[in-house]
Amino acid sequence: MNRLALAMNKDPHRRAAGVEIVVNGVAAVCDPLGGLYLPDAGVLVVSDLHLEKGAAFARRGLLLPPYDTQATLNILSAVIARYDPRIVVSLGDNFHDRTGSLHLPEHFRAQLGTLAQGREWIWINGNHDPDGAVDLPGRSTDEVYLDGLVFRHEPKLGPQKGEIAGHLHPAATVRRREKSVRRPCFATDGIRLLMPAFGVMTGGLDLRHRAMAGLFDSSALVAHLMGRDRIYSVRFANLLG
Amino acid sequence: MTGNDSRLSEPDLLPKAFRDWFETRGWKPRAHQLELLARAKGGESTLLIAPTGAGKTMAGFLPSLTDLARRGPLAPGAPFTGIHTLYVSPLKALAVDIERNLMKPVGEMRLPVSIENRTGDTPQAKRQRQKIKPPDILLTTPEQVALLLANGEATRFFKDLKYVVFDELHSLVTSKRGHLLSLGLARLRRLAPAVQTIGLSATVADPMDLQKWLVGQEPGEERHADLITVSGGAKPDISILATDEHIPWSGHSARYAVADIYAELKRHRTTLIFVNTRSQAELVFQELWAANDDNLAIALHHGSLDVAQRRKVEAAMAENRLRAVVATSTLDLGIDWGDVDLVIHVGAPKGASRLAQRIGRANHRMDEPSKAILVPANRFEVMESRAALDANYVGAQDTPPVGEGALDVLAQHVLGMACAEPFDLLELYGEVASASPYAGLQWESFERVVDFVATGGYALRTYERYARIRKTKEGRWRVSNPQVAQQYRLNLGTIVEEPMLNIRLVKRNALGSLGRGGMVLGKVEEYFVEQLSPSDTFLFSGKVLRFEGIRENECLASNAFSLDPKIPSYAGGKFPLSTYLADQVRQMLADPERWRQLPDQVRDWLEIQREKSRLPNHDELLVETFPRGNRFYMVAYPFEGRLAHQTLGMLLTRRLERAGAKPLGFVATDYSLAVWGLEDTGTMIRSGRLRLADLFDEDMLGDDLEAWLAESFLLKRTFRSCAVIAGLIERRHPGKEKSGRQVTVSADLIYDVLRSHEPDHILLEATRRDAAKGLLDVERLGAMLKRIKGHLTHCALEHVSPLAVPIMLEIGREPVAGEAHDAVLAEAADDLLMEAMG
Repeated sequence: MNRLALAMNKDPHRRAAGVEIVVNGVAAVCDPLGGLYLPDAGVLVVSDLHLEKGAAFARRGLLLPPYDTQATLNILSAVIARYDPRIVVSLGDNFHDRTGSLHLPEHFRAQLGTLAQGREWIWINGNHDPDGAVDLPGRSTDEVYLDGLVFRHEPKLGPQKGEIAGHLHPAATVRRREKSVRRPCFATDGIRLLMPAFGVMTGGLDLRHRAMAGLFDSSALVAHLMGRDRIYSVRFANLLG
Repeated sequence: MTGNDSRLSEPDLLPKAFRDWFETRGWKPRAHQLELLARAKGGESTLLIAPTGAGKTMAGFLPSLTDLARRGPLAPGAPFTGIHTLYVSPLKALAVDIERNLMKPVGEMRLPVSIENRTGDTPQAKRQRQKIKPPDILLTTPEQVALLLANGEATRFFKDLKYVVFDELHSLVTSKRGHLLSLGLARLRRLAPAVQTIGLSATVADPMDLQKWLVGQEPGEERHADLITVSGGAKPDISILATDEHIPWSGHSARYAVADIYAELKRHRTTLIFVNTRSQAELVFQELWAANDDNLAIALHHGSLDVAQRRKVEAAMAENRLRAVVATSTLDLGIDWGDVDLVIHVGAPKGASRLAQRIGRANHRMDEPSKAILVPANRFEVMESRAALDANYVGAQDTPPVGEGALDVLAQHVLGMACAEPFDLLELYGEVASASPYAGLQWESFERVVDFVATGGYALRTYERYARIRKTKEGRWRVSNPQVAQQYRLNLGTIVEEPMLNIRLVKRNALGSLGRGGMVLGKVEEYFVEQLSPSDTFLFSGKVLRFEGIRENECLASNAFSLDPKIPSYAGGKFPLSTYLADQVRQMLADPERWRQLPDQVRDWLEIQREKSRLPNHDELLVETFPRGNRFYMVAYPFEGRLAHQTLGMLLTRRLERAGAKPLGFVATDYSLAVWGLEDTGTMIRSGRLRLADLFDEDMLGDDLEAWLAESFLLKRTFRSCAVIAGLIERRHPGKEKSGRQVTVSADLIYDVLRSHEPDHILLEATRRDAAKGLLDVERLGAMLKRIKGHLTHCALEHVSPLAVPIMLEIGREPVAGEAHDAVLAEAADDLLMEAMG
């Protein structure tokens, strides 16, 4: 798996750089591991971790591999190590269901504790986990304002200046000469931004889906797609060639 | 016919009612019908191989009908009696058709026999009633058999079972469906130890495979059913289309032959036109309509079309209201199609047995010759058609073997058996291993499959508390809760379709907005739709459509008036060239004597090839290199089918990359493979910098294959189907997604996580086994690499050779093979850069 291999890669030369962008006047870096870093405020944003998704399915009788939480936390560790952020914002759907954080095995809880040491940690509540995180470092809230940006799980309808949201798991399809590739992406028109889902077992929703309609100024919309070891930036209008 | 047997004394075998029935119609029971009856009475299970029209169905049911006639009607108030005979057919429609065909003689003989069918369409009330009061003869499909067996009342329902009749057995056994059915049969043998089987089949390469399938296997002892073979009736009259037109070098449309085909339609009453792929069906249909000056009733039939529309075509066909139907393999099997007097096969048949079975669709009377015309779409196909035609006359068969039982299917079955009643591990293992596809199953694999069913089979044992099956105090395994059984029922079956979207025809109103409603034309694969931009055009259901967008789970399209549609590239029904035919074509190439049977233009083509380059010997692999434009090409001719060539292409480009040949891409056909790049591979080979023997060494199936597999979408697709069958992820139920009850999770993501954390998980093993035979055809590639070892010939040429022309023309027409990954993204991102800089 590409992102996991990338996260494990300790070689600084092969360490992929992100793409620098500006959202509502604030500088940001889209990292190929799936996080958004705001250098001025020292904020790292990740969204839709969906921790314990395997376990949530197992409770319903579908025995998906029990390795997703570990894999997601490994990538999270790598991206935190890279930026050493002052604040981490986890943008909702941090756990796949309400009981996820309650049932989180002890060693994962400890790993999160280590990651949060020496920094502020904000759990934004999502639709999958509206009750907040149980017994974990940091605080839970519905939305937070930082550095001229607003962080919430679900994007609000209509133009929202400076909104950083998740929830929709944006993905974009690129087509060139009969071949097409679909990848999760950061989607932004410079005014607001939608985060890709960070969890390793989370799917994507195409930018052309009607759930995305009206969120962006499509003439300015750019998809920053997550490639194997770098971000590829493609204008919405050019996605299909 | 297998000799005369003293047991065959008609009066003893046939009750009076039957003798009278035959007599009053002026018929005589056929010898094989009586022989099958005699063997059945002797307690034997039997395989009957007979051509279409030989009275196979009657033969298959005579043992049951005569037995039931002797039994007489059940007395009112008699104790519960389970079904007497189970009939299993691969098609729902066939089960329904047989009911009609069987009711007639049963009614005429006034036999006290109840016959009912049970398919996915049978209403719930009727199913319930069938459990309380089972019919004597139940006609059904493999999936229904599995459902019935996974039920708590299975023991009661099947306790009186005497016969199981399998129709079209040849088509059932080679797939995962056949594996599941073989496990079901093993369970039936336990519930009714005296049960006998009757298999009805078309001619196959290895009847013994089927004979073993029909009976229970014991360790260290091969057991098999009896065999009765009815040799084919009249030899079919097959020809290759004679044409004055230029036969194309490449392509699959056979557009050149449309006028000739149309002329044949006019000369015949009803013509079945078989093609190999759905897009070919669309094309041929469109071309025929363009040529249809006489307004003949010509219809289209393929698996993506809406069911209602297909049923309409089938009904019209049965009533002889059509002059021609263009069809894919959806029409291959069994139902009576009225008076077809000509079969036209467009494109090479890809397999000798497939051709024989398709030709058998014409003329259901076995004593009259069926008539068929082969229409090769290009020059290689001319040779392939010739080979298939020759094979047909000598009766050669190349049906695939039954194969080793799949592990994902076993997982499904194990869960089903736990739903029926608690099982003992050792007992179930014995039962499973009695099914011939699973006769070689290791105890260790079996245990791992059971572990998978229970808790997912992960090394990290975290799901004990969520186990789907658990051990009882008595040491038997049972389902944990009723939801598990419900999940099993929803997930049952072995046919996993690509996610599909309905295509709905919509109209734009005067204001340019899309109207609602409109009819559903059929389904296309989701990935195909995802590639379309609004206003792209494509061919579907004989219409050129304009893509309008996606609404909920539907693809909206309007009528377009474009003449140059983007053809649906949906994957349906591309068969790879059979090993047998490939071998025949190689022999033909190597033997100029046999060229005399080929049309002049094809013969000339081969002569010039011999002059300019070389024609490979039967076991030789010819590799040509030549420059063209500013690229260097390498073309190889393994003749091992498109799938194996694609895998070979992937692996070769990896090796050429390492050797510094800077490969750019490759394209594969059934016959050959072309790789091109920036470095002159011809010079590299001649100077010894690149050794052909190393390039084509078998060791490419080691690390290179592993490395490629890690990312191959083909393997991911294979994994998805294994995961659905094994019950790891839920089957998509079209139309039910909206209920919200179903949460899907992408199989690709599960694959990635599992592969990185537990690469030897049982389901990944099942996936690799499948891929070796299926989409990657690694087995065949391996056999080929072995065959050509030490038989490699390199021809360094100045120009493209005649033999290379077909594949060179495919470049740019066929999507360049190779996995679309980051290169595509990079290209798109570079566009943006150019835009910004320019």
